[in-house]
Amino acid sequence: MLKDYFKLAVTSLLHRKLRAWLTMLGIFIGIAAVVSLIGLGEGLRIAITSQFGISTTEVLSIQAGGLSGAGPPGTGVVNPLTDDDVTAISRLSTVEKVIPRILESGQLEYNDKVIFGYAMSIPEGEARTFAYDTLDIAAEKGRLLKDGDTGKVVLGNNFLTDNVGLDKKVEVGNSVLIQGKKFQVIGITEKKGSFIFDNIVHMQEAELKDLFNVGNTVNVIVVQVKDPDQMEKAQADIERLLRKRRDVKVGEEDFEVQTPGAALQQLNDVLVGVSVFIAVIASISIVVGAIGITNTMFTSVTERKKQIGIMKSIGAQNKDIFYLFLFESGMLGLLGAMVGTIIGTLISFFGTLGINAWVNASAHPQINLVLIFSALAGGFLIGAASGVVPALRAARLTPVKAMR
Amino acid sequence: MKQSVIRLEKVWKIYTMGQVEVPALRGIDIDIKQNDFVAIMGPSGSGKSTAMNMVGALDIPTKGRVFLDNIDIATLGESELAQIRGRKIGFIFQQFNLIPTLSALENVTLPMIFQGVPKAERIKRACDLLCKVGLGDRVHHKPNELSGGQQQRVAISRALANNPEVILADEPTGNLDSKTGLEFMESLRRLNRVEKKTIVMVTHDEKIARQADRTEYLKDGQIVKRR
Repeated sequence: MLKDYFKLAVTSLLHRKLRAWLTMLGIFIGIAAVVSLIGLGEGLRIAITSQFGISTTEVLSIQAGGLSGAGPPGTGVVNPLTDDDVTAISRLSTVEKVIPRILESGQLEYNDKVIFGYAMSIPEGEARTFAYDTLDIAAEKGRLLKDGDTGKVVLGNNFLTDNVGLDKKVEVGNSVLIQGKKFQVIGITEKKGSFIFDNIVHMQEAELKDLFNVGNTVNVIVVQVKDPDQMEKAQADIERLLRKRRDVKVGEEDFEVQTPGAALQQLNDVLVGVSVFIAVIASISIVVGAIGITNTMFTSVTERKKQIGIMKSIGAQNKDIFYLFLFESGMLGLLGAMVGTIIGTLISFFGTLGINAWVNASAHPQINLVLIFSALAGGFLIGAASGVVPALRAARLTPVKAMR
Repeated sequence: MKQSVIRLEKVWKIYTMGQVEVPALRGIDIDIKQNDFVAIMGPSGSGKSTAMNMVGALDIPTKGRVFLDNIDIATLGESELAQIRGRKIGFIFQQFNLIPTLSALENVTLPMIFQGVPKAERIKRACDLLCKVGLGDRVHHKPNELSGGQQQRVAISRALANNPEVILADEPTGNLDSKTGLEFMESLRRLNRVEKKTIVMVTHDEKIARQADRTEYLKDGQIVKRR
């Protein structure tokens, strides 16, 4: 019997193809949004992570607060951190290694073009490896900076593809003018997919300090703790020390000690924000789609009153008519969900490919049978639920009234 | 003595139109027995369609009682009534009233679906019925691909799908040319004589009514003459 209802519902829908397609629009946009949101999950997380420059290495990062302008982390603050802070932090018992990072904005000249961007300091010695590891930086062309290099820089990946506005690619071996001083390019980093890291200039710390006349200011202090389990204790130690040095009370800190957890929390907040936004759009289109199905089914009942009357006169019971219309609306939802699932899967697949190419990652689309089945079942249920009232109205028609 | 199949006892049907009550039937009595061939005749507005709805158990009377196999239909639930109607009565309408989205075969199988007949059985029976009326090569055609006469034959096949005891025909020749109309009347007569079906036919055409064994003349909602 169910098979017969199903067949009759499909026959009826095929008879009104255009209307069926238009009715399904809302459902398939909604389902496509949900499927692609879930399918793109890992890719989205990687893309956002890379934008934040968060590495998986367990380190603490310290920045001065009280921003006076926009820019990369720790720049343009009122009361910056200093080399003395770095020294003091390195003396704490819970701290293994401390690396100061300096970010300066300036001009770069090449091919008779001048652009403005950021330069980042790379420390000397053992700290250099630690810096490269924590930032997850490797060279695509040439090599990274090493001890003893002078007058040399490494550029972000966008210089290689000329995405920085120089109208010409920069190759390893070329020279660029930074703040008017000539530097030789010895390497180009691998693509990170982050606007900051792909456009940045890596310089030896001493040369950067000298060139930009930095003094003893530091933008970010990166700290490796002795025991990763003591992350919170180390954070508390650093906070106590800096409060004392900067003469601020608890709760009034003008600096921030960020743990990987906090950074991940920030990332999760962004992800949740993106997810909520897409979920809201998906919900709206599903609600609109459901109302569309209800409307179409009401129209269908009115148009087919006579058919309902005929069917009742040849023996159809109320439940038969109810199921016929319920299946029809359920099928509208199911077909909408099918199209939505296919589109959502394609978006996840190509989106993940795009993200992988953009940030040089290897994320996989998170599409599985459970997701597909849930999307299809959800579509059918939404369709069927939208058709309950019209189906009841059809079922309750008396044969004589329906055929009149 | 023949048994009563459908019996109308002092049946009234009153329609309310706004504030006005319009009686379509005014206390009619009709007794249809097994293997009868009855015509209900009357001019337009005489109440014959309403009478057909009562005979076919498609509607319930405002007053009076309708018995189907000696059961008062007022005591039956809507679903029960639909089941009995589907099993006992086959309808043939003036406009043929086939479902336009379904093929001839599907139209004929439809009443059997509602009676829960298994698929293989209903397809075989529908094919047999359509072949009998000469539409064996038209089973997969939609109603709009068939002529009026062919559609009427599909309608007859559908009416016979559940092998009902009673065939109820509403102005069955109204949309047919005279030759096809005569052929149709011949089929009804054959069903009555050979297959022992009870036939109730509603018509306004005296010539058609004369083909029946008995005619109930309706005027202003009352039986005014019996032949």
